[in-house]
Amino acid sequence: MVEWSDFERATIQDIFSKMEYEVVGPAALSRCLVVYPWTQRYFGNFGNLYNAAAIIANPMVAKHGTTILHGLDRAVKNMDDIKATYAELSVLHSEKLHVDPDNFKLLSDCLTIVVAAKLGKAFTGDVQAAFQKFLAVVVSSLGMQYH
Amino acid sequence: MTSLTAKDKDAVRTFWAKVSGKAEDIGADALARMLAVYPQTKTYFAHWKDQSPTSPSARKHGITVMTGVADAVTKIDDLKGGLLSLSELHAFTLRVDPANFKILSHNILVVMAIMFPTDFTPEVHVAMDKFLAALALALAEKYR
Repeated sequence: MVEWSDFERATIQDIFSKMEYEVVGPAALSRCLVVYPWTQRYFGNFGNLYNAAAIIANPMVAKHGTTILHGLDRAVKNMDDIKATYAELSVLHSEKLHVDPDNFKLLSDCLTIVVAAKLGKAFTGDVQAAFQKFLAVVVSSLGMQYH
Repeated sequence: MTSLTAKDKDAVRTFWAKVSGKAEDIGADALARMLAVYPQTKTYFAHWKDQSPTSPSARKHGITVMTGVADAVTKIDDLKGGLLSLSELHAFTLRVDPANFKILSHNILVVMAIMFPTDFTPEVHVAMDKFLAALALALAEKYR
């Protein structure tokens, strides 16, 4: 089981309670599709992903980005057992979506950068450490059911 | 991975022109974050009396590293040739595991996002990420 300090718990709750899901979600996913273009392989039916401008303006990308970000809510509410919380989602990503788990880390790096830009100076080294630790646990849990 | 296109190099040079005035702050903050978020990186600095992220040694070293990055921007057309002596330094003297280049690069990108939120667009991000990766590759050139 993962140990969380009081600071880490408070930091994660704070960041997500103030999160603008419809802004951050789309920004993180579109950034991921631009910075790591091979991730576009999972979105063949999303229409125009031809260049950065198209990706950023794409409504399906925006909608899906919001969906993914809300997917983190369950982990935020169950920080003491993220592994069990995401068992089903892990099976989904493996068996149905066939997503290479390396991609979770790529998206999580983009999410870190988007949140950093939003929070500015408030995203201190300690806050970054807590946020990245949280995402690392999520990423690990999502990859747990792959076989 | 992929080599830098003309578009990438332009994007890097343009963005760097905007941010170079803050290079010292970027370097210091990136190094501080690396030490805080990836504590295993402190193993390379056991010789510092104070290994905390905000120590004078850490700030000084962040500046040193970022000066190297600034220099690399001017040598963007031939990173391998231009960074030869730096590569030898890292290979034979410092022997930093190249995995750490990726870690520091990530933190440089985070600081850029914080300090230049509107300029650090996804397109600038990908160009900088590619540049830092190419820089890391050039630094690791002499390792083996």
